[in-house]
Amino acid sequence: MMGPEVNAYLIVAAFLFATGAAGVLLRRSPLVVLLSLEIMLNGANLALIAFSRRFGELDGQVFALAVMAVAASEVVVGLGLIVAIARRRLDLDVDKLSTLRG
Amino acid sequence: MGNFIVWVVWVVAAFACLASALAVITFTNPFFSALALIGNLASLAVLYLMLSAEFVAAAQVLIYAGAVMVMFLFVIAYLGRQGDAPWAGGPSWQSLAAVGAAGVLFIEIVVALGLKAGGRLSDEAAIDVFFGSPHEIGRLFLTDHLLAFEITSIVLLVAAVGGVILGSHARSGQPVDSAPLEVQEGRSR
Repeated sequence: MMGPEVNAYLIVAAFLFATGAAGVLLRRSPLVVLLSLEIMLNGANLALIAFSRRFGELDGQVFALAVMAVAASEVVVGLGLIVAIARRRLDLDVDKLSTLRG
Repeated sequence: MGNFIVWVVWVVAAFACLASALAVITFTNPFFSALALIGNLASLAVLYLMLSAEFVAAAQVLIYAGAVMVMFLFVIAYLGRQGDAPWAGGPSWQSLAAVGAAGVLFIEIVVALGLKAGGRLSDEAAIDVFFGSPHEIGRLFLTDHLLAFEITSIVLLVAAVGGVILGSHARSGQPVDSAPLEVQEGRSR
């Protein structure tokens, strides 16, 4: 076949997912946490599309589009929360926003 | 020759993807993180094109890089400069544990792929020219995946309503919109 195999795409997807997870765990700015979440979702999308190409079924691409819609919704709600937090003069730091801790 | 060009494009796109992902989580300034994520999304779109997912690649550039990232940049500009180094604050063992956990996650995925898939992923299915076209994806959305399509619309509606409520709630409580810019900048420093 031409080009790289699906395995190569899956390795890239796994690396993207792990990088996003590292960002979510490392960073304390909720903005960067949201950006890292986007990286994780994109890693999952890449794996979905790679499997879709491997098996010749379009279902993976359809699901990737649904994941993109969910990601857009998540960004709307997340950014709304961040702006609401900033308006209340609270620190934008996920370690300090622990009021809801059980 | 064609094979060689395909490999060159793949390697460039994949490394741009990985490097910009690392840049997103290591930049101190969230503005640069968002710009790096735009590069990440663009290189991912190239990978999608190589997997003959033309419609998803176009949607990726339009929705993510076009709409979502512009919203991100607006919010970052609204909040002012809020530097946050990845290693600043918090004990260093937390940072090390976070990187270690991510590395373990990566190794786990790769091992699971190797164990489950082995070499069975190497031969690709034959596809026709309509694979990944808007026509085929639209047909699947309105036939096999109609329920998922409708649920997606409800999710988007709920998110839109939630965004409006989150955005307008603070205005009715305290006079927050009157905050002078100097206060915000002074606080973020």
